[in-house]
This record gives sequence, structure tokens and C-alpha cells, in this order.
Amino acid sequence: MEKQYWQSLEEYKELNKPTVLEHKESQPEFSIEGLDESEIKGQSSRRDFLKMLGFSVGTVALVSSCQMPIRKAIPLLNQPEELIPGVPNYYASTFYDGNDYCSVLVKTRENRPIKIEGNDMSKITHGGTSARVQASVLNLYDDARLKDPRKREVETDWKTIDRDMMMKLEDMAKAGQKAILLTSTIISPSTRELIKEFTATYPNIEWVQYDAVSYSAIRKANELHFGQAIIPSYHFCKANVVVSFNADFLGNWLMPVAFTKQFSSNRKLTNGNKKLNRLYQYESRMSLTGANADYRYGIRPSEESAVLMNLYNEIAKATGGQTNGSHTTTVDVKQAANDLLANKGKSLVVSGTNNLQIQLIVNAINHLLENYGETLDLTRPINLKQGKEADMQRIVKEMNTGNIHGLFVYNINPAYDYADAGAFVSGMLKVPFKVAFSETCDETASLCNFVCTTNNYLESWDDAEPIQGSFSFTQPTVRPIFNTRQFQDSLIKWLGLKVDYSTYMEEYWKAMLDQHQEDTGDFTAFWNKFKHDGVIHHDFDKTDQPKFTNQNLSAQKPSKNGFELVLYEKMSIGTGKYTNNPWLLEMPDPITTATWDNYVCVPVRYADENGLEHEDVVKVNGEMELPVIIQAGQPEGTVSIALGYGRTAAGKAGNGVGKNVFPLMNFKGGYYDVAGNTVTIEKVSGKKYPLALTQMHHNMEGRSIVRETTLPKYKENPSSGNEQHLIDDKNNVTLYQKIDYDGIHWGMTIDLTSCTGCANCVIACQAENNVPVIGKDQVRKRRIMHWMRIDRYFSADPENPDVYHMPVMCLHCDNAPCENVCPVAATNHSNEGLNQMAYNRCIGTRYCINNCPYKVRRFNWYEFVNNNKFDYNMNSELGKMVLNPDVIVRQRGVVEKCSLCVQRLQEKKLQAKMENRELVDGEVQTACSQSCPTGAIQFGNLKDENSVVVQNNKEERMYHLLEHLHILPSTSYLTKVRNKEA
Amino acid sequence: MYNTRIRGILIHGNKSYADVSHDIIKPINDKTPLWWWVTAFLATGALFWGVWGFYNTITVGIGEWGLNNNVAWGWAIINFVWWIGIGHAGTAFSIFLLILRQKWRTSINRAAEAMTIFAVMAAGLFPLIHMGRIWDGFFIFPYWNTRGPLWDNFNSPLFWDVVAISTYFMASFAFWYIGMIPDFATIRERTASKIKKKIYGAMSFGWLGNARGWLRFETAALLLGGMAAPLVVSVHSIVSMDFAVSIVPGWHTTIFPPYFVIGAIFSGFGMVLTLMIVMRKMYKFKDYVTDGHLDAIARILTFISLIMGTAYMIELFTAWYSGSEYELFTFMKNRVTGPYQFAYWTMLTCNAIIPQLFWFKKIRKNITIVFIMSIFINIGMWFERYVIVVTSLSRDFLPASWATYEPTITEIAVYAGTMGLFILGVLMFFRFVPTIAISEVKSVLKETTTLKSFTDESH
Repeated sequence: MEKQYWQSLEEYKELNKPTVLEHKESQPEFSIEGLDESEIKGQSSRRDFLKMLGFSVGTVALVSSCQMPIRKAIPLLNQPEELIPGVPNYYASTFYDGNDYCSVLVKTRENRPIKIEGNDMSKITHGGTSARVQASVLNLYDDARLKDPRKREVETDWKTIDRDMMMKLEDMAKAGQKAILLTSTIISPSTRELIKEFTATYPNIEWVQYDAVSYSAIRKANELHFGQAIIPSYHFCKANVVVSFNADFLGNWLMPVAFTKQFSSNRKLTNGNKKLNRLYQYESRMSLTGANADYRYGIRPSEESAVLMNLYNEIAKATGGQTNGSHTTTVDVKQAANDLLANKGKSLVVSGTNNLQIQLIVNAINHLLENYGETLDLTRPINLKQGKEADMQRIVKEMNTGNIHGLFVYNINPAYDYADAGAFVSGMLKVPFKVAFSETCDETASLCNFVCTTNNYLESWDDAEPIQGSFSFTQPTVRPIFNTRQFQDSLIKWLGLKVDYSTYMEEYWKAMLDQHQEDTGDFTAFWNKFKHDGVIHHDFDKTDQPKFTNQNLSAQKPSKNGFELVLYEKMSIGTGKYTNNPWLLEMPDPITTATWDNYVCVPVRYADENGLEHEDVVKVNGEMELPVIIQAGQPEGTVSIALGYGRTAAGKAGNGVGKNVFPLMNFKGGYYDVAGNTVTIEKVSGKKYPLALTQMHHNMEGRSIVRETTLPKYKENPSSGNEQHLIDDKNNVTLYQKIDYDGIHWGMTIDLTSCTGCANCVIACQAENNVPVIGKDQVRKRRIMHWMRIDRYFSADPENPDVYHMPVMCLHCDNAPCENVCPVAATNHSNEGLNQMAYNRCIGTRYCINNCPYKVRRFNWYEFVNNNKFDYNMNSELGKMVLNPDVIVRQRGVVEKCSLCVQRLQEKKLQAKMENRELVDGEVQTACSQSCPTGAIQFGNLKDENSVVVQNNKEERMYHLLEHLHILPSTSYLTKVRNKEA
Repeated sequence: MYNTRIRGILIHGNKSYADVSHDIIKPINDKTPLWWWVTAFLATGALFWGVWGFYNTITVGIGEWGLNNNVAWGWAIINFVWWIGIGHAGTAFSIFLLILRQKWRTSINRAAEAMTIFAVMAAGLFPLIHMGRIWDGFFIFPYWNTRGPLWDNFNSPLFWDVVAISTYFMASFAFWYIGMIPDFATIRERTASKIKKKIYGAMSFGWLGNARGWLRFETAALLLGGMAAPLVVSVHSIVSMDFAVSIVPGWHTTIFPPYFVIGAIFSGFGMVLTLMIVMRKMYKFKDYVTDGHLDAIARILTFISLIMGTAYMIELFTAWYSGSEYELFTFMKNRVTGPYQFAYWTMLTCNAIIPQLFWFKKIRKNITIVFIMSIFINIGMWFERYVIVVTSLSRDFLPASWATYEPTITEIAVYAGTMGLFILGVLMFFRFVPTIAISEVKSVLKETTTLKSFTDESH
């Protein structure tokens, strides 16, 4: 016993206290059955020693022979403020790529952006997004991005670039040599100011804006009618009747996210609302908008002006206006005219055709209907799409004559997407000094002497004014990953200013302070609020619409011969800027369900008559070979092909996918239009080209899958179209005890009346849940991994069918057929009603896939990560940065499926728990429900009587998919109601 | 009592007990014939191709097969059920014919049981290889673990499958092996080679042939037989539940358990017929496996074929009577007509129509035609499983997710591999094991032949 010293009497007492242990019975240190006395006491014999020695040597040898790769994790030396590992930060920003605008929130984890969400505070997009916006985060991690600025195809540094550039700019200015700054449409007031300053300093530089798909006819028409070359704001939400001519405003036309929000706000029959707007669509291809139309008419592009003129004449007759000569057409306009007249001032006529004649008639009709100031607002013009064909044509000509000595190209790719790209390229070759501001070495940049690599929008500062008076802020969410610099910073540098662009912007805004500081007195507070909210919206006092001056209207005689070509932008690829984005390449088209390619959509009757089959190859104009899809609803005498494909310098995923059809644009009366070019189609006999479609059968086979009715019938009987539900509900009896959930039972409702099928949710889900891209071959084998899909059905006449879209993901059945067939219980039910997947437990028998009647389960057929056969974002160190760290990346051989974004549910539940409160309805959102631009997908707690989902489930329109199977899905659908006469 | 005047002679050729032993052991002691080597070479080739198929599947992924996210089962499951069905013959022969006191089974039951063993082995490979993560396959066994309450899902037919098939395999193997013990002893006694003597000695567990030995042997065989009898019914009933328990139209059918068992016996007998015709030709066993045997099997097949035909009709009737549009679609528009009608009609023709030709004695007596017809039955039964697995999955509830399925080279390789395994196993059996149960044949020899020595005694 050691000698013990004590300092106080208390300590002495403490020391002499018998220890607690002594009071207890003596116990072995551990007890395991089968050990003998000596082992329990921890004694070991010589034999034990030898055994242990042998075992440990063996173990060490084994373990050391399987070496794990060394991966270093370097902790932060100084923890940045506001950065908590595992907790996401959100930054308000703006998606604007020269074509589309959307106010967004960027979700970052450990300082890297991983997901784009809509900004609810925006008065324009209202928290909606589109598939392209959702996928844009992946562009940040694109391997095709340039890592350094380039000088004559050699990587260099910014110092060299700046020195060369400033010298050259000086020289050109002194010599008075003309140069062009060719950009996309710029909606940033600060950038416009900066460009103004730049062109003032270097007056030899002319600034020209260019759009791949032009909208200049609308501006011109408004200039003629109203004296202002603007695009008005459209208020689809205020229109009871919308008549659209080839304007795919739910898909790609102008501001699809905003328009979808507006349009769908009148496509809701919940909360006792019994009113729907009505959409007439006259179109030359099957567009997403046409698919959602109440009345759809197929017309040839050459017929459009005559149809419009007939409509104008009908309205003019009724309102006492002046009628014009027109031509007979195949389609009826009387019904549309009557509906429009009955809704004067509450209707809207739009046309997506870039043709002055047509846009003039459209304006005249809207004027007769007194829509200006109501559904159209000229005082708040849309700032998008400011390019003019005339400017572009002029500079191409000048370039070819050698008058232009310098060319600065920013954010556009005319060497690819200009209709007369050949002339542009040959002109470019005559320009001695060419600078590209580009993220990648695209077709245009690769022709330039200098490539000033720009930041991705997620690395940039900027502002935007998409609609006059509505501002949106862009702020960097990550430090530039590569040695890149944003365009504006380059200009500032070359102007010799000593600030960076964020300061420049701040100063610009400070100068404009009076205009913006109404709500907050001081600038810092205002500036911080702007950065925080991301948007500012000014309500002007309603100013009078400009005066309408009459113009001569005329209609073209419809052509009857040959094929008229309609080019269109796909929901996924758009004009081809993102052709290297594998998420978008693999997104099934909402109409054709095709992925990875462009193709010729031919009318059904033509295909029948000429023996054309799916995947046959045709020659367009005798030169371009493209595969065929026989498209229901493709009007007689037209074919359509998607733009944006056939890139040669997009990157490894997008190069050589499809064919470039920009050269087939229709140039007429000074405007480039996507439709109207006459082409020939000729079958290449014996040749087939495989296409990867995600759906091969387009008929519901008379099964009550998508249930539908018309508005009059619905008003008469809210259960109309849903009679089967009443029968099935009666039959839904069981001997088993009903599961009662405690507190939470997650559920979802999908309103098929609101859903447009835009597939934004598909990409949102892919981004949120680390869904792999598998490539065309695998998609063709019907192995697409998307956790949610949009089923698309046709009914009625194949030449002008009714189209149905139905989002389907795991419906989380309470009596799930997948669960009881899994031999290892890898898929099971949570006490919150989730049908969950334990990937680690799954052995891949795939029985659950077979037994799922909705076929929403996905099997990992291959290792889709780190596999050179699937060389997409998950096979690249850079591309993998986009992965959501909250969601596991699945291994080969396991089944996966929609989890209802369980990581989001957990996050919000924990947050509520920490704040010691109940969850609020709407607080928890899945990726799909959150990003849905129509609000069709609603998510919530079925146990909460006041939640939106419970309210929706009380609607008579509610039904469950395949409910007769008594598998009790937690997701329900609401019948599709079309606003048609019965 | 067996009456030779009514039922004919079972063993031809005036055999004595010594002749029987000699005839049956002869192939084992003879030099291996050329046809054996050639067949073994081909079978080994197929087996190696199958090994490649396995390797490719395991290292690259199930993606190497033609399956997709809608048709998630294909050839692997078809072939699994097909092999399990074939694996029914042995036990069915031994047990049912024993119960029915069919003496003629003695010449065939050994080979049939051997076939069972190899067929079940071939079948057993499919559930393994068709798993996405074969390396975690042990999860399927209910073993104590450190993961808390994590246990198997005892509701899943796949778990029942594992239990049923492993039980059936073990029981069949034990039954087959125990039946061979006296015969191994016979070889041990007769062989000249010292090594063979040692090996067969060990395999015969020191069989003495004394009365006590025979008594225990008979008891053990009877007990095992009694235990194995329900397994014949249970194993394929449970395999059928892989389908019947699901909700897939065309699978969700109460008729499946008896229908599968009958189908299995049908295919098993078909395969026995194929093999017996080969065996008796190659080893000149016509005296043991007589035309009468083949005739008897053919009659049984005719009867079972009628049951099969009835089952097919009942399926169609039930689909119509149920009024379920999905059932009706699956049967009427996706099997009887539609893209899979070829498979359906092949099944129906091979299983329900062709065997009806056995009503004609002429056809029953023509061994070549009988052989061809036995092959047709094997093909027909394969198509039955194809029809069940593929047609139901490829076009089920939601037309949007309808997909087609075609096997890939890897799947074909795996199938060929199991075929190679089976044939190689049967060849080994021919070469090293007495293919006919010597002791059992001897036991019936006296009462079922017109051998002079025996008939004299009886007078």
C-alpha cells in the first residue's frame, strides 16, 4: 500500500472511506459463457500465449496486406464564420444564361453549391424553377470548363492576358480600328453601365447583342404599334382565355418558369374553386403547351398568319373594327373568337413566331380585346431577348469585308448557333484580333486568339433586371474553382479601374440609391437586404399604356405543298448551351420521352402512308441524316427537329450527339424564325438509328390510370371521371388491423389538372438524390435510374391527341407489396409511413421491382460511380463535387427508389425539435414538391388535419393509382380536368 | 403379387443374380468409351463458358444481362424453375412409385435420383448468380448478428425458397446415397484395383451385407422415403409461391402450387425418358430398362399432360371469370395473342398436345419418336416458365412501364454452363456409380421374371 498524504481532515476522511467496489460482490471483469476460470481472471497459460501470438501475427499479416488508399482530410485552421460542417447555407442568386432567367437560392454544403432551389420571394418566378435551372449546378463542375485563360490555344496567366489586351485595345483605339463587343442579351443594369463606360473609353468598339433564337419581331411590332421596341410583360394569371399560336410558353417561350407559375395559378380546383382558365393552342408541332391545351389545333407554319387574321376578323366584326382580307384555313377560330370576346380585357393572345406580320396581328387582336393594361403591360417590359437580326447581319457582313479588326464575344456561341454560322466563321477568320469570354472552349472560343475564361454564374457577382422594375441579385456561392475571372472584372481591369466588380456594382447601386431605397433608409441596410433576399420589386404607380397606332395587317397565303420544318428548343437542352450536361442529355423529353438525341418528328399519317417506322433514318434536304419518331399530334405537312444538338466542342458528353439544325432556320422579312422552312424528307432505306426512349407504349389500354373529366361535368358532379374511386373505396376492406401512425404520416398529392409535365421535378430529384447518369445504351435498355418519371399517355385521335402527363415516383404504400417479398427485409416501413430502403442490407434479388405495380424501383445494374464505362459526372473528381453529402451513393447490385427525400424530412424534424415546436405544414418539402413551378405536387403530414395534403385528399377528385390492389399508397392523385365543353 | 403373365416381364434376358451384378458394374470397370470422352469434352466446354458467364456477371454486374427496371427477372429464374422441375423426377420416382408398388421403378430410380441431385445443383446456382450482391448472399440466412433486431423477412417466398431447396437437396442426396451403399459394397467386392477397393470401401461405409445391415438399410430407406415424399410436393409448391404470392397479373394465382408440382413431375419424367433412352442404348441396358419401362413412362406422361392441359384451360377460365382487366389482358392479349403468343403456343403444343400422341401404341413403341417427344416436353416446360416470368412482367399494370426483354450472351452462357454441369455430373454418375440399383433389381428379379430357375421353384 502506497503511503497517503492528506491536506485536510475532510480529505483524510475521504481517503479512509472504504471504496464502493469493496462493498460489491467480486465479479469477473467480464463474463462470457464457455470461458474457464483462468481465462475469466485474465490469466493465460503458455498455450494461450502462443495461440494469441499466432492469431495476432496472422491478423496483422492479413490486415496489412489489404492496404486502404490514403486519403487526406485537412481540417480548417481557422473555422470560417457561419460554416458549420453538415449544415447547409443558402444564398440568394440569379440564374441567367443569356436566354432564361430565374431567381434562385443556392444550397451550399461546406462551401460548395450542390443544389439550386427557387427563390420564393421573387415576384416573377415565385420559387419555381425549370429543369435547366435545376441542372445548372452541374455546369459548375463540368470537366469541359477551361482551367486557365488561353492565348493562342496555350494556357497562360491573367497578367499576360491583361498586358496584351490593354496594349491591343490602346492600339486599336488609336488607329481607330473598328471592333465589336458581341454579347448575349444583357439584363444586368450594372453590366450595361460598365459596357457603356467601356465603349465610351474605347469608342471604336461597338456593342451588339445576339440571341440564338430571336424574338425581335415582337419588339418591332410594338415599335410600330406603340412606338417602343419592347416586349411587354404578360400576365397569364389575369387571363381567363389564352389563345397561343406556336408560343410554347409553358416550355421554352421567353420566361417559361414565370409563365408556368402564372398560368397554373388558374388551373386549380382546390379549396372550392370551380374556375379554370382556358387555353387554345394553334401550333405546328406537339409542344408541351399544346399538350396542356384545352383545345389544340394543328396548323402549318405558313397557315399561322391566315388563321390569326381570321381570328382578328371575327373579333373585329364583333367589335366594329376594320376587317382585312384573309385566306381560308383548315382550322376553326370561331370558338376561340367567341371565348375571347366574352372575356375582353381578361384574355391574352400570344404568338411565338418571329414574324412581324404575325406579331402585328397579335397586337391588333389584343388591342381590340382591350388587353393592354390588363393581361399585357407595356409599362413594365421584359428585358430578355434584345438581339436584332439586322445588327448581326451587318456585323457579319462587315467582318467578311475585313472592316472589323477586333471581336469580343461574351456568353454566346454564334459559330455554332447562328443560322448562317458559315458566314460568321469565315468573317471571324478575317478578324485579326478575337477574344472570347467563355467558360468552355466552345465552337466560337476555339476560333479566338484569346479565351478569357469566365466564372460560372455560381462564382460570379451580378445583378439582373429581367422585367423593368424587378431586380434580382447574383452573388458567388463558391470561390472560382479554376483560374477564371468574370467578364465584368476583365472589362474593369482593361478600363484601368482599381476596383473589382462587386464594388463597382455596389457603387452603381449607391448612385441609383434614390430609386431603390424607399423601404430602407440607409444604403448598407438596403444592400444587405438585397443580397439576403436576392430580389427587389418596385410597384410603380400604374402608368398609362402607350397609345396604339393602327398598322396595315396582311396574311400570307397558306402553302399546301411540301414539308414545313419546325425547329424547337427541347425542355432539356434549349439552344444547346448545356449540351454537355449529362443530366439534361438524359432527361426524357416530356412529349417524346426520348433522351440523348434529336430526331425528326413526323406526322402519323405521313408515316403510315410512306412506310416510315420508329427509328428509321431519313435524309432532311438530301443531306442530313436523322432518325424518325412518329409523333402523335404532329400536324399534317410539318416535321419538327430539336435545336441544340450536333455540338462539336461541347465536351465529352455532348460532342457529336444528334445533328445541328440551326442552319435550317427560316429567314424571312429580316427575321430568323424557327418555323416555316420548306424541307424534303426522304427515307434512307434499310438504315436504322437506335433511339433511347423511356416509354414505348403510349396508350392507357382503357385502364383508369390518369382519370379525367371536363369542367362542365366536374361542376355537375365533382366525382366525375373518378367514379371508379367510389367503387374501389367501397371494396377496400381488410381483415387486418389498420396501421396507425403516431404523429406523422408523410403523404403527397399530385394534381393532374395543374401539372404540365415539364420534368423540372425529375432533374430536381436527380440533383437532390445523387441519381446517376447511365448513358444512352442503358436508357435504351430501359434502365433509367430517375427516381421519378413523368408518364405520358395519348388518347383519342392520333393526329391531334389528348395528352396526359403523370408524375410517378414511389407512392409509399402502407400495404407495400415490395416489402413483404424482400427476403432480407432491406425494404421496410417506417413509423412515419415511409417505405424505406436499407441499401446496406439489400442483396439485389429484385423481387421488389417485380412486385411493385408502379415499377418505380431502380436496380444498380452496374457500378455507376468511378466507372470509365459511365464517364459522366460521377466518374470525375470534379463532377462528384455536386453530390449531396446527405444522400448515400448507391453500390452496384442494390435496389433504390424515391425516399420522399428522407434527408430533408429528418433535417426539418430535428430543427423543429431543437426549437421545441411542432412541424409547420409546408415547412418540409421534397425536392420535387419544392421546385414544382405549378404547385401540382404537394407534400405534408397526413396526420395534420389542416395540412394541404389532407385538404386535397378530401377533394372528390382524389384517387390512388391502382387503388383496387389495396396497397394503400400514401401518394394520391387528383383527376385531370380540362376546360372543354362537354 | 406381381403376375408376369398379366404385366409382362420386368427384367429380360434370363439374368441370374451374378449376371445382374456383372452387367451393371461392367461400365464402371470397363475402359471409358469414346462417346463418353467426347460428350464430357463438350460438357466441360459448356461448363467453362458458364464459368465465364458467372465471372462476367459477378465482376461487371447484372447489367450484363438483358433485364431492365421493369422486367427484373429473366432467364436466370426461368432456368432455375426449369431445373428444379427436372429435379423432381428422382424423388417422385422413388417415392410415389414405391408407394404405388410399381416394381418397374427399380431399374430407373437410381438414375432418376442422380439426375435430381445434379439438376438441383444446377438450379441452386441461379438464385446465387442472380443476386445483385452475391458477396452479401449470406444475409439470407437467419444467423445471430450484432445488428440488433435485424432478422430475415420470414414473409418472403424467397426465404421459403432457400429453406425448401436446401432441404430438398439434402434429403434427396441422403436418400440417393443411402440407396447406393449396398451397390458400392458390390463394386468393392468385385473390383481388382486396390485404389478402387479403398475408395468404394469407404463409400460403402463398411457394408457387410448381413441381415442386420439389410434390416437397417430397409428401415432407413423407408424412413427417408417417407420424409422426402412431402418434400416433392413442398419444394415446387414453394417455388411457385415466388410467383403466386406476388400481385403481378399472371403470377397472382392460387392454382400455381399444384400446377407447378405437376409441371415439375412432367418435366422430370420427360428428362428421365430422355436420359434413359440414351443410357440403355449406350450401356446396352435394354434388358433392364425395357421397352415396357419406356411405355410406362409414356403413359404417365400422357396422363400428366392432360392435367397440364386442364391447368392451362383453368388459368384462362379464371382470368375471364375474375373479371379483372389486368388478368384478362395478361392471359388473352399478352399470352394467347400478342407479342408473346409464340412462346405461349409452343408451351401449349409441347406440353398439352404433343404428349397426347402417346395414346397410340405405335408411337409409344417407336423409341426414336419417344425420344424426340421427350425433348419436346423439355422444351415445352422451359417455355412454360418463360411465359410465366416474362409475359407477366413485361406488360403489367401501367402501360408506361411496359418493356421487352431479351437474353444476352452472358445469360445464355450461364444457362449453357449449368447444362454442362448437369451433363458432366450425369456422365460421372455413369462412369463411377452403378447406374441401376443392383440390390433393388435383385430384389424384384425373382418375382418378375420368367427365369427358368425361379419358375421351376415356384411349381
